[in-house]
Amino acid sequence: MKQFLSFISKEFHHVFRDRKTLLLLFGMPVAQIVLFGFALTNEIKNSKIVICDYSKDAVTQKIIEKIEASNYFEIEKSLKSDKEIESAFKAGDIKLAIIFPSQFQQDIMRGTGTKIQIVADASDPNTATTLTNYASGIIRDYQSENGGMLPMTIGTNPRMIYNPELKGSTNFVPGVMALVLMLICVLMTSASIVREKENGTMEILLVSPMNPMLVIISKAIPYFILSLINLVVILLLSVFLLDMEIKGSLLLLFAESALLIITALCLGLLISNSTNSQQSAMIISLMGLLLPTMMFTGFMFPLENMPRPLQIISNLVPSKWYYIIVKNVMIKGLGFSYIWKETLVLVAMTMVLLLLSFKNFKIRLA
Amino acid sequence: MAAVTVDHLIKKYRQDKKTSITALNNISFSVKEGEIFGLIGPDGAGKTSLFRILTTLLLADSGSATVCGLDVVKDFRQIRKQVGYMPGRFSLYQDLTVEENLRFFATVFDTTIEENYHLIKDIYVQIEPFKNRRAGKLSGGMKQKLALCCALIHKPTILFLDEPTTGVDTVSRKEFWEMLKRLKDQGITILVSTPYMDEATLCERIALIQTGNILSINTPEGIISNYPEILLAVKGDDMSHLLKSLRSLPEVKSCNAFGEYHHITLKKDLKLSETDLQKKWNDQSLQIKEVISIRPTVEDCFIRLMMETSKAS
Repeated sequence: MKQFLSFISKEFHHVFRDRKTLLLLFGMPVAQIVLFGFALTNEIKNSKIVICDYSKDAVTQKIIEKIEASNYFEIEKSLKSDKEIESAFKAGDIKLAIIFPSQFQQDIMRGTGTKIQIVADASDPNTATTLTNYASGIIRDYQSENGGMLPMTIGTNPRMIYNPELKGSTNFVPGVMALVLMLICVLMTSASIVREKENGTMEILLVSPMNPMLVIISKAIPYFILSLINLVVILLLSVFLLDMEIKGSLLLLFAESALLIITALCLGLLISNSTNSQQSAMIISLMGLLLPTMMFTGFMFPLENMPRPLQIISNLVPSKWYYIIVKNVMIKGLGFSYIWKETLVLVAMTMVLLLLSFKNFKIRLA
Repeated sequence: MAAVTVDHLIKKYRQDKKTSITALNNISFSVKEGEIFGLIGPDGAGKTSLFRILTTLLLADSGSATVCGLDVVKDFRQIRKQVGYMPGRFSLYQDLTVEENLRFFATVFDTTIEENYHLIKDIYVQIEPFKNRRAGKLSGGMKQKLALCCALIHKPTILFLDEPTTGVDTVSRKEFWEMLKRLKDQGITILVSTPYMDEATLCERIALIQTGNILSINTPEGIISNYPEILLAVKGDDMSHLLKSLRSLPEVKSCNAFGEYHHITLKKDLKLSETDLQKKWNDQSLQIKEVISIRPTVEDCFIRLMMETSKAS
């Protein structure tokens, strides 16, 4: 036991004295969360718009207030005439113009109907579509809120469940969790075991009374702990930076994550058994894992749209199952009874990997 | 009981499907308890392979070996508890300090620095001033001292040192060998390998090893006294030219450069004194300054044995 503890503390020394590893270990998840959360999102926030209100009554005032209150728009200025719109688009980074006709309130009250004109800068068609949708959504919203009071209502009423605000982060946070945990665990364990081989210290450790298996296990434990810390960092970032809500049981989430970490550690062990240089271990872990994890986890490209053979291959990627589990627990708030199948798949994968790496483990050199 | 026995060991490394390199070619020897036994041979002679087989790190293709009476294949776990091994390459944690390294290896071997401090004291006091320095930042000689401490910390019965003095300066080498003598006095059997022939005389018995074959096993004294010929050292002005000229002489059997002298042996005893030889060769315009008869070194013996075996094969 003393050997074991001393080995673990030695391993922590390695990690904390190697700034590059440390940076990779904790920088990568933070960078990915921030990147996916802000840079790579398809949500558009704080777009600058102009308003041209010919009516200036209580209803238009309310709608404008509602638009301003949303995160999506920022009212740059109010225009007196719609002739100024074009120059406003040309002058700056205005994305949208909203024009209320005169006598807006009266027309609504009378029930004759009226129209709000939305003009979008369609040089970026995707943004334009998204923004007009946002804007019409807000207006519809206003109408439905005041449905009883206003005689005229529009029937369309799409409802988004689980992600009413259509937040992109709900999709990618579980994905990033899967990606980061897989990569960090596999990369770190395999590289650290192979480093012992490369430095020749494995030679001395083998010629010692310490059970070689214990050497490997005590290598895995520090990375297990560090990965859990990483998980906490990711969750904190998603809750406080991306305003994500963890709906399900936190304990269950941690237990399932621990399971994935163990799966990844076993994979790392397997890789370290079959290579002798840190570089090849890194390349195998990165090339062999980064792409499949990105592709087949389902958070970047929907698996349902893939050809059948690729769908079958995706079943071999542990992070796919973890992604399903995390989505169910974190976003939908479901309990264990809904995810036991996926959990079982992960357990089975871990067993197989563990068996393989124990079988391949060498008690001698070469 | 012999501390180490090696019986007809063969080890080959496969290079590709057809060819393989023979690292150890059917070698046998034994090491007595409490002696310093040296394996002397150039790089690639098979020393490291032999050490790895004896420390249970490699499996031989055929033959058997025992360490402390234990079989290296069957009883590898027991052997790993009893031996100390210092690999040829510096193999400690470079990012741990001197003290952390020592403490770590002490714990791995289920002991403490305090318990066996008497064993390493002489060596450790020399590196103790740097105990908070990272091992990677030590000088070559200090690294070796630290590695020796780490290999000794669990009071091994046999110490395997693979080229411990390679890359170490002359003063540190001398100190290192003095340390080995003191360890031997404490009853530890030491098996040491070195490519430096001058270190051979510091061992009690040596095995000269070359391309997987043992050329000779004896005490250094025995090996030297078995040298059958008269050895002459020759010195001149233009040494490289002289080497060529001497080799072309019909009466010269072998001629090798040895620092500031050329060591030569003659085909048959010319019954000439050194001064007469010098005169005879200078008459052939060789410009020799000095010819003296010398006592052979281990290196002379090694070269002679090497040539004999290459002729035989």
